[in-house]
Amino acid sequence: MEELDTEPPVTVVPGADPARTQLCFEWGPAEMLLCETLFGPRGGERPRGPSCVFVVRRDQDIYMETLRKLFNESHGIFVGLQRCEEERAVRARNAQLIQVSKNYRSVIRACMEDMHQAAISARDSALHSQYSIQVSILSAMELIWNLCEILFVEAAPAGPLLLRLLDWVQLHICDVDNMVREVLSSENPSKHKLFWNVVDIFVLQGRMDEARHLLSKEAIANPTSMNMYKILDDLMKKMPVPSVGNTQTLTEMELKWQHWHEECQRYLQDGTFASSSHMESICKILLGDENAILEKKELMTTWYHFLVTRLLYSHPTVKPMELRFYAQSSMDMFLGEESSPEPLDTILMAAFEFELHQVIKECSVALSNWWFVAHLTDLLDHCKLLQSHNLYFGSNMREFLLLEYASGLFSHHSLWQLGVDYFDHCPEYGRVYLELHIERIPLNTEQKALKVLRICEQRQMHEQVRSICKIMAMKALRNNRLGSALSWSIRAKDAAFATLISDRFLKDYCERGRFSDLDLIDNLGPSMLLSDRLTFLGKYREFHRLYGEKRFSEAARLLLMLMTAHIAPCSFWMTLLTDALPLLEQKEVRMLQSLSTLNVPRLGLFIAVQELHSTPSVLSRAGGIGMTSNLE
Amino acid sequence: MRAGTPDWPCLPARTAALAAAPSAVPRRSPSPRSQSGGAWQRREPCGAMEEVCARFVSQKISKARWRPLPVAALQPPDVFATGSWDNEDNRISIWSVGDVGSAGLNGEYQGEPQLLCDIRHNGDVMDMQFLDQERIVVASSTGSVTVFRHHQNSQTLSASHRWENAHCHADQYTACGGAACTGVICNNPEIVTVGEDGRINLFRADQKDAVRTIDNADSSTLHAVTFLRTTEVLTVNSIGQLKVWDFRQQRNEPAQIFSLTGERVPLHCVDRHPNQQHIVATGGQDGMLSIWDIRQGTMPVSLLNAHEAEMWEVHFHPSNPDHLFTCSEDGSLWHWDTSTDVSEKPSFLHQGGRSTAYFSHSTINQSVVSAWLSNDPTKDRMEITNLIPNQTLSVNTLDVLGPCLVYGTDAEAIYVNRQLFA
Repeated sequence: MEELDTEPPVTVVPGADPARTQLCFEWGPAEMLLCETLFGPRGGERPRGPSCVFVVRRDQDIYMETLRKLFNESHGIFVGLQRCEEERAVRARNAQLIQVSKNYRSVIRACMEDMHQAAISARDSALHSQYSIQVSILSAMELIWNLCEILFVEAAPAGPLLLRLLDWVQLHICDVDNMVREVLSSENPSKHKLFWNVVDIFVLQGRMDEARHLLSKEAIANPTSMNMYKILDDLMKKMPVPSVGNTQTLTEMELKWQHWHEECQRYLQDGTFASSSHMESICKILLGDENAILEKKELMTTWYHFLVTRLLYSHPTVKPMELRFYAQSSMDMFLGEESSPEPLDTILMAAFEFELHQVIKECSVALSNWWFVAHLTDLLDHCKLLQSHNLYFGSNMREFLLLEYASGLFSHHSLWQLGVDYFDHCPEYGRVYLELHIERIPLNTEQKALKVLRICEQRQMHEQVRSICKIMAMKALRNNRLGSALSWSIRAKDAAFATLISDRFLKDYCERGRFSDLDLIDNLGPSMLLSDRLTFLGKYREFHRLYGEKRFSEAARLLLMLMTAHIAPCSFWMTLLTDALPLLEQKEVRMLQSLSTLNVPRLGLFIAVQELHSTPSVLSRAGGIGMTSNLE
Repeated sequence: MRAGTPDWPCLPARTAALAAAPSAVPRRSPSPRSQSGGAWQRREPCGAMEEVCARFVSQKISKARWRPLPVAALQPPDVFATGSWDNEDNRISIWSVGDVGSAGLNGEYQGEPQLLCDIRHNGDVMDMQFLDQERIVVASSTGSVTVFRHHQNSQTLSASHRWENAHCHADQYTACGGAACTGVICNNPEIVTVGEDGRINLFRADQKDAVRTIDNADSSTLHAVTFLRTTEVLTVNSIGQLKVWDFRQQRNEPAQIFSLTGERVPLHCVDRHPNQQHIVATGGQDGMLSIWDIRQGTMPVSLLNAHEAEMWEVHFHPSNPDHLFTCSEDGSLWHWDTSTDVSEKPSFLHQGGRSTAYFSHSTINQSVVSAWLSNDPTKDRMEITNLIPNQTLSVNTLDVLGPCLVYGTDAEAIYVNRQLFA
């Protein structure tokens, strides 16, 4: 077994006190049962008192009401991704995978917005903080997903890579947006005390046009230093940026950039901006001066912002594989000695290092749900990035994570339906998991049973189909709903159970002298052949009908057939023979001759019945009430 | 979405399929066009160009019903009710789609459905019908039937009356164990309910006890009920039978029994043609749509292979019965259109409201008879559209009124299409 490289986190179960009693546990499919034993902590007897059983859920996020739309909506995207054909051209397929990734992200965003709304409208402070925590978790998930999308799914090459990273920073560093809004909405932005901060933010995020727009306002207010502004504006305008299309080669871009860099250098050295510290620092930033950038630490708030700014102004054509060096040093420089990286930092760092498995592993540890890793891993697997990796248990990582996530869904009273499709797309163990889980779905209405049954039938899970039908048939039987019970056992093709129910029908007939549920028995059709007893029931009822319609000869022939076919239960022979008696007296029916073909013991019985005929009271107890009264 | 000339060809009779079917009814296997072009983009705000607005509601929807319009109303419906199932805490919710504040230029209302109010409901919501503008009758899996009142001034819901154990299993051990009430139909003030216990109840909205109860009306589960005439109801059951019950008769026996011969495929839903009461549509467990003429025979007039799994609901359009809508466990929702001749499309199409339907009553009569009851598949033309492009989980319910369609799914979403005939 692999060594654990981190200590597993301790889960405190509220209410369970290991100092008071020893605890024992039992694994469940997606949850764990924990209970207090009779033993105290040192093996002695525990103090008296009631003992408790605790249910420990592994995937607690499943139970968040607002997250349900995340699960439901992403389920649709997941199924769509599995369905899309493999044979598409590489380019088209790549574009499609990027679209799928964006769809996942937009679902996270939408959910985040809802959660944010919920947090605002929550009156309870505990609820408010719970929602706020979820908002920050969701936003971290989106941040990670977006980075993975740039680096792995899209696999942006040098040049466009930097543009994507800039977008990424602009999208997620939104703490400063309020400051920007405040300054821009003030009457005279250039006099606002945060004016230069906002300009710096724009420069740091590479939003040159916006920075220039603000600076032009300041320039108008300071006609004396107009020249200085003009030069800086010109530098910012001329800054070469990598193009998205193929209009220029990397070398071209690097040459241009080198040229521009030298120009900046010149202006800085000849002291053009010496009269304004603000503009001088901007010029230093443009030159990629790390210390100058680091001075704006609080405007960047995170080390990955610093990384992207640093790359923008010193290595705009950074190659994907070089990212790791810059990322590591940027983090070290930004965090300094005093603070250690948090889980989010480690995850992002692993992504910059292209350590895919490390990203997934760290996410699994840090996040409280399986949703994120399961869907991300599945997407990366569709990008063919995970194929070399096999686990020492189970099949592969994708399947392992999907199974965990789907098991969590199945432990939920309502989300279990979503889990089915996830199991379907786990080629190795999905079916076994589904078989084990689906049997544990409580069936409180027939409609729910039908839905579960449909899932099983579509997947040819005959064992489960039989078991569900049997459960429903038993329920119906217990409720005295013989008709329903028979329907269920016919659906399951359960001959033994059909026999049992047919016996109940016959017994009822013997007791009451009439059939219940005629609408069902008269309409058995081909399903009558399921069991001998059911066939007998159906045919015997047909005999009654023929008799009722006074088609005696047909009735007699059918009765004879029932006697000779050896399908009547022994206990019913008496009734059959009693039924035969009136027919014997019919002139047109030549029953006696036919009856003589029966073997001797049965004829003996027949004679016994004939004797009974003389005492009608016994006869009626034997069961032929309906018939005899009909005759007389 | 729909071109000037329908490119959907005449449906050929699949005579080969007849051999497999023991019944003498011609069986056709239409397959729908999937909706082209109009497929809506998710996460886009519902704009003027969008056909369908969706909302995820964090509960599986079992029923959705438009609130009926006042008799003289000309505007499209704007309020509907939903019920959930399989939740620990099931709810009845009232939604509004007509946000008056953001009415568009042409009076089109946009925006996703907004929750007006909701209330807890004990048990799964099995069926739900509006009794009138304010009252909703809800059938529960616990066997109770509840009348909820929607107070439109305060936007609140309250339970105004409940018949506990309207459906129950009376076995030898317990006095009465609840049996799911599977169907309810209203014809104010009368309410008829059916259940897993095979019982039929007739209630009056203002009376405490049932007016009439038929115990063991059916030996199998009754799945749905609808009014045939004022005193007669239709029920469908789990052994493929369609029964007519007449409350004027004192006998507890059905007046008529129709059945899918031989196969015993359970029927899950039933609806009656709004103008021609003898035409009845039912949907079965195998997704088959059956059309019956209850004036004659005991078998369906036509069988149409439709969905791949249980058909949960079937609805004739109330004012435009050339159109029929069905939804299914397989996640699809089909629009069946027999008014293929575009030039003859009656004008009332464009307006909602039942009152306008009378204008072209006579023309409907002729076209519809030939459409739904036609036994000659070469003669009739039927255009079928699947309204859901990327189907996944079951569409449990749908309702149509005027130009508006609402449907709810097991993927915990409700969808509203307000330009059904655009």
